[in-house]
Amino acid sequence: MIEKTVAEITAALNAGDISSVELTQAYLDRIIRFNDDLNAFITVCTDSALSQAKKADEKRAKGDTSPLLGIPLAHKDIFCTNGVTTSCGSRMLQNFVAPYDATIVEKLYQAGVVMLGKTNMDEFAMGSSNETSYFGPAKNPWDTARVPGGSSGGSAVAVAADLCAVATGTDTGGSIRQPAAFCGITGFKPSYGRVSRWGMIAFASSLDQAGSLSKTAEDAALMTNVMAGLDRKDSTSIDKPVEDYTASLSNSLDGLKIGIPKQHFAEGLSSEVEQAIREALVEYENLGAIIKEIDLPNNHLSVSVYYVIAPAEASANLSRYDGVRYGYRCEDPADLEDMYKRTRSEGFGEEVKRRIMVGTYALSAGFYDAYYRKAQKIRRLIKNDFVDAFKEVDVIIGPTSPHTAFEIGSKTDPVTMYLEDIYTIAVNLAGLPGISIPVGTAEGLPVGMHIVGNDFAEAKVLNVAHLFQQQTDWHRFKPTAFEKES
Amino acid sequence: MALDKSELEKIAHLARLHITKAESEEVMLRITDILALIDEMQSINTNDVAPLAHPLDLLQRLRTDEITERDYRDELQSLAPEAQEGLYLVPKVIE
Repeated sequence: MIEKTVAEITAALNAGDISSVELTQAYLDRIIRFNDDLNAFITVCTDSALSQAKKADEKRAKGDTSPLLGIPLAHKDIFCTNGVTTSCGSRMLQNFVAPYDATIVEKLYQAGVVMLGKTNMDEFAMGSSNETSYFGPAKNPWDTARVPGGSSGGSAVAVAADLCAVATGTDTGGSIRQPAAFCGITGFKPSYGRVSRWGMIAFASSLDQAGSLSKTAEDAALMTNVMAGLDRKDSTSIDKPVEDYTASLSNSLDGLKIGIPKQHFAEGLSSEVEQAIREALVEYENLGAIIKEIDLPNNHLSVSVYYVIAPAEASANLSRYDGVRYGYRCEDPADLEDMYKRTRSEGFGEEVKRRIMVGTYALSAGFYDAYYRKAQKIRRLIKNDFVDAFKEVDVIIGPTSPHTAFEIGSKTDPVTMYLEDIYTIAVNLAGLPGISIPVGTAEGLPVGMHIVGNDFAEAKVLNVAHLFQQQTDWHRFKPTAFEKES
Repeated sequence: MALDKSELEKIAHLARLHITKAESEEVMLRITDILALIDEMQSINTNDVAPLAHPLDLLQRLRTDEITERDYRDELQSLAPEAQEGLYLVPKVIE
């Protein structure tokens, strides 16, 4: 049962084939067995998970058949969870126990989920490989010498290796979609503003968005149904009715116009990844879709723009870690300034410090116009490219990442790592919904395909992803080392 | 744009970070690389472009000024490295 989708597990729970307690125990057993190898979880909540599962079984016995009732899931360790440590992958918050739940944590609890634990991640979500985590990198279950992607690496590993049924993640520049691609699962980032950011530790506030890592687009729809919606506690949460995202999953794609950005099939893309994507596009043509090349002329600037805006916002957001109100404090500070400086230098890792400094530089007197304002102007140009494209097409499809998962330790230069997100970053700058689904393998490693929709076209994106998964079985491919009986 | 030592020290101070002498060469090099990546922006003409601060063109929502939360002071203060009698403690600031 552990390898099944949320939709399939729910059917089995409703039929009485398995209980949530049995299921939860099965996942906990696998976590004990494989987490040393995979490092997917930072915290495991054995006792509370089993008691939540018991409650879910009792509710079901009374006739409750809510879609996520009794489903064992994992939260990225960036979401505040009342009474359970929220480290954000950092020494700074290693012992931080929030006294409240993030809005999405609360909503998922209300839906009846079981929380198995908190997953590994790049420190403060800054990274594309999970290697910046204070707790060491999570490992890709397809090849444990390789990275799972990041920053939601632990969540992607946990889903891919069947250590949970589904997981939450956050995506600031590709942090759900790229690890989903590297681990051969489905990763969905809704539009900016669709899901509340309250209780989600802030990295870059105009880009951060919560979403899900799951086995299928159908499961992503089930998660979005619960996670989405207006939250008065988040001033950027949008006041727009939440659709039933499962309702339109099977809508026909006959006549669907798919845009293929020529910039996403250019230099730098691995030929095997390109081939897998091109083969997936043939499936769409068979379903009646029309493929059309489009131009996103400013796409190549997205990495530069992002590495001004994200560090600038991060430098402001992370100024709160000062050793006074919560988190790490250095030993024996000589004075207040020494306390601030040593607390932050000892509490943050290299990449986080680098980004804080780049952001501080970009916002400092005399540089604001040349960097931050300039980046915001080009952000407009990048958004306008999408506005123009969506006048002609319904969705945009391309590769999620230029290549498959790389080896741990192989990218030591930050700029090379930043270019990992070349296809995903523009989507965050524009605030659009995007999903990565597995569409093949290259040398035994999964290839992810990126589907992007217009503002708040979550239902369309999920529909396009779901119908591919109805036609193919790439989403059922498993890393053999962590298969059911191994 | 390359970063020099005094600029690095200034930024580190503004960010309240302590960079050791041993680290400073490496940090300077890495940040200079990142600034080179960012400088790609400078070749683009943006004279008539309005900045986009945020993906949603939204106005800040207002709400009525009323208490919606209870007092969490004790729970929140229990997270502090050092607190006493409702106050956060820091190293001595005034002699």
